Amino acid sequence: MMSQTNDHPDQEPASERRDFLYYATVSTGAVATGAAVWPLINSMNPSADVAAAGTVRVDLSGVEPGQRITVKWQGRPVFAWRRSPAAIEAARAVDLDELPDPVDETGENPNLSGEEPALDENRAAGEDGEWLIVIGVCTHLGCIPLGQDGAAVGEFGGWFCPCHGSHYDTSGRIRKGPAPRNLDIPPYTLGEDLQLVIGT
Amino acid sequence: MSGIPHDHYEPKTGGEKWLHSRLPIVGLLYDTIMIPTPKNLNWWWIWGIVLAFCLVLQIVTGIVLVMHYTPHVDLAFASVEHIMRNVNGGHMLRYLHANGASLFFVAVYIHIFRGLFYGSYKAPREITWIIGMLIYLSMMGTAFMGYVLPWGQMSFWGATVITGLFGAIPFIGEGIQTWLLGGPAVDNATLNRFFSLHYLLPFVIAALVVVHIWAFHTTGNNNPTGVEVRRGSKAEAEKDTLPFWPYFVIKDLFALAVVLVVFWAVVGFMPNYLGHPDNYIEADALVTPAHIVPEWYFLPFYAILRAFTSEVWVVQIASFITGGIIDAKFFGVLAMFGAIIVMALAPWLDTSSVRSGKYRPMFRWWFYLLIVDFMALMWLGAMPAEEPYASFALIASAYWFGYFLVILPILGVIEKPLPQPETIEEDFNAHYGKKADGAGSAEASPAE
Repeated sequence: MMSQTNDHPDQEPASERRDFLYYATVSTGAVATGAAVWPLINSMNPSADVAAAGTVRVDLSGVEPGQRITVKWQGRPVFAWRRSPAAIEAARAVDLDELPDPVDETGENPNLSGEEPALDENRAAGEDGEWLIVIGVCTHLGCIPLGQDGAAVGEFGGWFCPCHGSHYDTSGRIRKGPAPRNLDIPPYTLGEDLQLVIGT
Repeated sequence: MSGIPHDHYEPKTGGEKWLHSRLPIVGLLYDTIMIPTPKNLNWWWIWGIVLAFCLVLQIVTGIVLVMHYTPHVDLAFASVEHIMRNVNGGHMLRYLHANGASLFFVAVYIHIFRGLFYGSYKAPREITWIIGMLIYLSMMGTAFMGYVLPWGQMSFWGATVITGLFGAIPFIGEGIQTWLLGGPAVDNATLNRFFSLHYLLPFVIAALVVVHIWAFHTTGNNNPTGVEVRRGSKAEAEKDTLPFWPYFVIKDLFALAVVLVVFWAVVGFMPNYLGHPDNYIEADALVTPAHIVPEWYFLPFYAILRAFTSEVWVVQIASFITGGIIDAKFFGVLAMFGAIIVMALAPWLDTSSVRSGKYRPMFRWWFYLLIVDFMALMWLGAMPAEEPYASFALIASAYWFGYFLVILPILGVIEKPLPQPETIEEDFNAHYGKKADGAGSAEASPAE
């Protein structure tokens, strides 16, 4: 062993000193490697322009009752739906116990101050909750649900994801199928003049 | 290289000696190509050469295709059409590359199941097996990212679904998914990094292939009997083996030629048979195709991914025990990766001391059922996620895990194996007519 080599047998062997040098070298090497690799990993995070492409402004005043429109925001579709009274009534008649995901957390509905029950009153906007604004990405594996044309709306009148058969209701809540969560709601403001600003 | 005793390279001329004392590269190549190989190898052993050919084919056609391709969301789809219509011979290069991936997976699946039947994964070849599994995983990663590059609808939505799997990981999943994609959704950043990694991974695979070959050149090849080559002396080893060159190289090249006849027929006459028409529609982030179906070689594992829905009791138990951290989505992801992990662990799950399935009367039937199971999963992966397919997929997934986790460990204990030949030479002579009384040798003459 290298550490046993000692020209002066009356002295302590230098192994402790060698062990220290060994650990010091390995620790320094590990820290240096980490410091060198981190910028490479971090460069794969969203770049500044992607992170900044935040805000979209849409004029909803031309949308007819019952009409659904799609807006592209951050590479993803946002569904805006001017719901009919029947659709609103259907959404509000549902008991929370019937929902697979009865709670909307802050990340899922940033317009609320905290965790709230997934009641239609908390998810909709505008006078009488006429407007429903949701991110049109299935919470299962990220497909775009059908239903914006008003045809393939699924068993609960909202949207239907063709990929793995998730059904969303008229409040965008998951009711049947593999999706774990209700459709997320983007951060937005909707003024009296029906100017929708997504991503504020 | 250690292993079976055999003749080693001896430099003869002055020039050879000069090089050998400085860099023994000729000796390395000589020992590699002249490795003693069990002389009873059957036709299931040809797929290694086919796989090597596929890797070279994919790298060569890929390098040329990159000269004409543009990895940008606005230009990628058009640049692939440019390859198809304008580049001289471009359509053929692209069809060779796309169908080459399919040939690669046909070969790797046969190669893997050959190993599973003849017990090639058992001691002392565990490292060869594990490296092989790493190669297979790298192939899947490469193929997945390559499929994204044409930027068609299946490219885009396949990428969305598969990167969505990482989003299922509790707590950190969404952060990982955003990091993988380089943004909130599949976009230009994703396309660019997939292009970079698609170019990198084949060279990682090439390096792993070298280690794979190194490992089984150290242990020696397995063979249809699973009986080891005698290595007491060179003379003894020569009774069981023949050198790889020229005997097996010529045989393998003949087999490769036959395989390539079929491959060329597919490339020439039905190049889009294994593709999806949706991928000739440019990617659209606002429209999902009606059926997102992965490439055929991913279907068995895609079926396992989808099989475990929240109605399945194992999923409910896992969810209950972990307090909801493992939901159906994450369970499916775990099952999909677990299906490959249990296969990689076969050397330690199989308790039988007998290698070859030829001498395992019970194992054989469970193995044939595994082949049927694999085919069934492949079919179910392409079917819509509804009844009765969902129940079939669950049963087929359960058998896949049952085979590795239950049947392999138990069979080794309860099965009574058939007698194995003492040596490879004995088995070889029994098959190829060199019997003691000389009666068998007459069988060969009518063919002449």
